[in-house]
Amino acid sequence: MTDIDYQRQTYAYSPCDEQQAGHVAEGPRPVVIVGAGPVGLATAIDLARHGVPVVLIDDDCSLSTGSRAICFAKRTLEIFDRLGCGDRMVEKGVRWNVGKVFLRDQKVYEFDLLPESGHQRPAFINLQQYYVEGYLLERALTMPNIDIRWKSRAVGIAQHDDHAVLTIETPDGCYTLGARYVVAADGSRSALRKMIGQESHGHTFRDRFLIADVKMDAPFPPERWFWFDPQFHPNQSVLLHRQPDNVWRIDFQLGWDADPVAEKAPERVIPRVQALLGADAKFEIEWVSVYTFSCVRMDSFRHGRVLFTGDAAHGVSPFGARGANSGVQDAENLAWKLAYVLQGRAPDRLLDSYASEREYAADENIRHSTRSTDFITPKSAMSRVFRDAALTLARDHAFARQLVNSGRLSVPAVLRESSLNTADVDEFTGGLMPGAVCVDAPVAEAAGTSWLLPHLGDAFVALIFGAPAGLDAANAGALRQLQHGEVPLRVVFVTDAGMSAQAWPGATVLRDAQGLAARRYDANAGTCYLVRPDQHVCARWRQVDATRIAEAMARATCTATSSSTTSQSAPVNTPAMA
Amino acid sequence: MPLNTAPNLARADDFYEALIEMHRDLDDAQSQAANARLILLLANHIGDHDVLLDALHLAREAADPQAIPSAESRSHPQNRA
Repeated sequence: MTDIDYQRQTYAYSPCDEQQAGHVAEGPRPVVIVGAGPVGLATAIDLARHGVPVVLIDDDCSLSTGSRAICFAKRTLEIFDRLGCGDRMVEKGVRWNVGKVFLRDQKVYEFDLLPESGHQRPAFINLQQYYVEGYLLERALTMPNIDIRWKSRAVGIAQHDDHAVLTIETPDGCYTLGARYVVAADGSRSALRKMIGQESHGHTFRDRFLIADVKMDAPFPPERWFWFDPQFHPNQSVLLHRQPDNVWRIDFQLGWDADPVAEKAPERVIPRVQALLGADAKFEIEWVSVYTFSCVRMDSFRHGRVLFTGDAAHGVSPFGARGANSGVQDAENLAWKLAYVLQGRAPDRLLDSYASEREYAADENIRHSTRSTDFITPKSAMSRVFRDAALTLARDHAFARQLVNSGRLSVPAVLRESSLNTADVDEFTGGLMPGAVCVDAPVAEAAGTSWLLPHLGDAFVALIFGAPAGLDAANAGALRQLQHGEVPLRVVFVTDAGMSAQAWPGATVLRDAQGLAARRYDANAGTCYLVRPDQHVCARWRQVDATRIAEAMARATCTATSSSTTSQSAPVNTPAMA
Repeated sequence: MPLNTAPNLARADDFYEALIEMHRDLDDAQSQAANARLILLLANHIGDHDVLLDALHLAREAADPQAIPSAESRSHPQNRA
């Protein structure tokens, strides 16, 4: 109603300074991002938050056409929170935690992706990609150090030792723009990838799927429904999702022999939808697309001064919602590292860890996505026999539900093997090992109740369980020095529910109101986590030791000298984790 | 090798008879489906991933008589009896 129709918004091209007669170049820009999709926009906002001026170019002048990526995972929402636009996404989006799986017309089982309470964000929201891009863009437009240039297509790149030069084509002709680093966020058909002579390798699946977005008043709850072999679409699978504005996404598996052009015609689509909804259902078709997919990635996400992100770097099947979600995680992983390198806080090789960490995450996403696809599209008669056996058993036997794979839904990769981690030396149980993303928990502060995650992020954080008074004088003094170091450390105390908050200069003191933070972090008094600016754990100990914190920070920024890393169990130059 | 290939069936002949009996009056497709369900049920009961991998390797090896037996399977001659 009052919503902007983001699919029809256009953004004006205007010539930039570099195109003016007599313009004198001031040397390369810190970062040029190519592609204003969700990943390019998220990278731009994150860099701007870190104080890095950004030029963002896009070959078009509009946002996503069609709903495209619709499922945004909890972790992505937490990143959007840090970027300052999470609330809008969640308010507009359809929240869901429950998925149901049907075989023919019977429910086989259902699952809850977020069975515990005490998290600010739901497991998923569904939101059309054009809203996500619209909200990110509006956030970016509030930031003066983001320079967005529409109708600006990268058509050439020359790489030098310490910068790259892009040739950019506009309605007024071409100009060149130097950049110390270029972020390629230009999608699955990445022009930059081709320009540097690279391609993504992997596996294309011989199957076709029809997306039909239909607008209707329907009684289905906000859940993910997946049918194997339903009577209304025999021998194939169907996926149903609710989106905002009474739009429903229906995904019909068609098989490899389907004609991708003919299947988009309304006279073919309408009967398929009626078969699901009933012959007298009233609906309008909003958007139709027929697609195939591949599970692929580039061999390396870094090529000199160019960092590849999102679909430009990797592609997955849609089952599991691992495309856009992993792209936004790429953005978050890259932004702080670029900022630290550009600001002289870390050497250039920190950016190699962007490539190795996100290649590892891409491999995990591709593995899950390939397995889901093999289950949904069995490649052999025997694969189909086992698939049906698992589905048949799943109705009555819980064990078989583990085997049913309609998509393993996106969760952030645990970067276990990252060279930025400091290996555990103390005993811990629970999942928050070095490389894991921090989990949320309800906390209380002077101003009232809030959530833990918003108190982390953007900087390195020492997350200390216990009261400030519990620190000995030597560590307290050393921690204060780290707070004002070259790479500033933020200090967050989480105290027992019963303790009153105590002051510590420049630190945040939170109360673990329900004891959930301590439980989720397997913490007792003195437990200390070192958290990266992207909210990944990079070290943890049972006691606060400022010397170890400093060493772990040096390791996580690639500034460790050889003497301070010899005590670590993993070498500094761990090869790519793939 | 963690897979137990020594005699372990409590009532071998009775089990074998029951296994064949399970397939009585089924056509080939129904029998394949029943076998698949049986494999999944037994695999879950075993649980241990290494044991299951050993069993998968042994089962596959028998399908390919040209294959050179692995050191592990050579050490269990009863598998070929």
